[in-house]
Amino acid sequence: MRANTWAGRNKVKVRDVPDPRILNERDAIVRITSTAICGSDLHLVDGYVPTMQNGDVMGHEFMGEVIEVGRGVDPGRLRVGDRVVVPFPIACGNCGACAAELYSCCENSNPNAGIAEKMFGHPVAGIFGYSHLTGGFAGGQAQYARVPFADVGPLKIESDLTDEQVLFLSDILPTGFMGADLCDIQKTDVVAVWGAGPVGQFAMDSARVLGAAKVIAIDKEPYRLQMAERAGHTTINFDEVDVRSRLLELTGGRGPDKCIDAVGMEATHGAAHIHAYDRVKQAVRSETERPHALRQAIMSCRSGGIVSVIGVYGGFLDKFPAGAWMNRALTLRTGQCHVQRYMKPLLRRIERGEIDPTRVITHTLPLDQAERGFEIFKNKQDNCEKVVLKP
Amino acid sequence: MTRLATREAAEARKDEVQRRGRGLGWMSLGLGVAQLAATDTVRRISGVDDSPTSRAVVPLVGARELVHAAGLLTSRRKGIWAWTRVAGDAMDLASLGMAIAHRGGRRRRRLLGVTGAIVGITVVDLLTAVQATRAKEIGSMPAVRGLRGGGPMELTATTTIRKPPPKVYAFWRDLDNLPTFMAHLEEIRSTGDRTSHWSASAPFGTNVEWDAEIVDDSPGEKIAWRSTGNADVPNAGTVRFVPAPDGVSTEVHVVLSYDIPGGAIGKAVARYFGEEPHQQLDDDLRRLKQVLETGEVVRSDGAPWGKRARKEFPQRPAQPLSDAEFAKGAQA
Repeated sequence: MRANTWAGRNKVKVRDVPDPRILNERDAIVRITSTAICGSDLHLVDGYVPTMQNGDVMGHEFMGEVIEVGRGVDPGRLRVGDRVVVPFPIACGNCGACAAELYSCCENSNPNAGIAEKMFGHPVAGIFGYSHLTGGFAGGQAQYARVPFADVGPLKIESDLTDEQVLFLSDILPTGFMGADLCDIQKTDVVAVWGAGPVGQFAMDSARVLGAAKVIAIDKEPYRLQMAERAGHTTINFDEVDVRSRLLELTGGRGPDKCIDAVGMEATHGAAHIHAYDRVKQAVRSETERPHALRQAIMSCRSGGIVSVIGVYGGFLDKFPAGAWMNRALTLRTGQCHVQRYMKPLLRRIERGEIDPTRVITHTLPLDQAERGFEIFKNKQDNCEKVVLKP
Repeated sequence: MTRLATREAAEARKDEVQRRGRGLGWMSLGLGVAQLAATDTVRRISGVDDSPTSRAVVPLVGARELVHAAGLLTSRRKGIWAWTRVAGDAMDLASLGMAIAHRGGRRRRRLLGVTGAIVGITVVDLLTAVQATRAKEIGSMPAVRGLRGGGPMELTATTTIRKPPPKVYAFWRDLDNLPTFMAHLEEIRSTGDRTSHWSASAPFGTNVEWDAEIVDDSPGEKIAWRSTGNADVPNAGTVRFVPAPDGVSTEVHVVLSYDIPGGAIGKAVARYFGEEPHQQLDDDLRRLKQVLETGEVVRSDGAPWGKRARKEFPQRPAQPLSDAEFAKGAQA
């Protein structure tokens, strides 16, 4: 089959690889009809996530048709022919974490749990196409994928919604939604979202459907800010204005009640010297993150507020504003998204028309053009917000 | 040689390395101070007093000697610092070679004398560096320390499994199940109510088999066993099943002890357990948890072989296996 693979730092390559097969009894094989490039794939390509290998099949946002199921899959849950969206964290459904609906912390789905344990203290779930630290599972930017624990994760789509309407239930829509959900949003809240990429856009939409009084988008790409504006959100371009003063202005001096970091480890900073400081430390591996968005979110949040982090971090960061966090009684909440927890309720919101996931799609390319997709997405060329790939 | 004697010899070697490293440190200090404080005398003795370049180079070499001295005298990692001396010697010998090529007569003879002395020092530096590195390798392998000549080894590990204690106990008490998740076990055959015959896989050496008996069996709570007769690697184990605070799960606490013999088998065992023997048992318990909670050992494209994998975290690219790789199996 054809698959998009990691081919070293800053390089992906579409090549022929063997077709997947059933390895565990609860596996299914899915013929992929739509897949996507995620912002977190860029962290892998940029070389900031360790344990990637040349030839790793990438991609963790995909959907398609079940063409084979292992004998351990309950036919009541999944059958050949079902149309499914596959959540990016692989979760067994049986362990303590799954029982607590902490699916991205599944205790059984990562065969390389020992590596993750060394890195993070405790292991994390397996993730499709997302380094060997998260299990070494082949990903979904391919014609077919093996889906472990197929009786737990995949969501059946039984209505006639298009692929584009439901594909993002695999990751970015639930991830953005969880960012807002962790904020415990009240109807008096002003919510500020750092990053107007696809996850940030969905965090903004989610904050609004959860009842926020005002939602503010912070980014520097005019086209991304326009996209947020068209969806009805207030915008701040950090290349043009000072974020802190603008936020104070927009909140009567209080600061946003809830702040969402939808940027993560590769933030850019308006001030060149601070960006350079983190960039150099990251390059020599004395910190692994450029945590500027997180620092600014903590400094900006009103006292007693919540800072929710859904941007991806991988290791250690520097100059964490612990004083602001502690003295101003802030709550920090985070996690890789527990996608399985949110898929069904979000599918209903899509069906009811409360959220339109298709609004972020700017490019649809054949799988064979994945390399070009990565290039325009990474370099923000051609007003690229979200690339959908068709195998 | 008895086990104890081997271990004492290893300790003695390490002391020797520390002592010699300190000696080199004092020598570096002396040379460095001389080159900095009496630059001209050093240049005359060495036969390079005719060169203006040497007026700059000799104090620089002296400063470098002080760096060696600081490292060797203050750090316990004599190996690394001895290697910096070896590198410095190489630089010195190269400079001396160049100086010799451009001189004759008395100065050349002096240079040859100094070069001879530096060659001698280089030999001592090199020996110390190599020995320090070796001693460190032995010391950094907890399983291997003492195991080269044999000795006791105890491993402990614990996990929580979302099944009640009677279930987890019953699975373990059926000893046939142990090889499904314990990497080193090939087969366990019950030979009686409390006795069994165990065989371990290739890394222990060919055909390592032994008999074992259960010495403590408290249903739902605890199982303890030990090898009997003339086992190649006498061993014992205890597993306790403790109800977890959540009321549904079981905390599994395992202690395994091995009396590692000397000789070829001891070496094979040491090699098998490698640098992190605890990792083995941790991974065994992770697989036990996978089997009990999900039904089988979980596989990925990067790590498709479950307990059959030999190295710690062996990985192939995260892409599907070809038919040939799949047929070839774990050795691929």
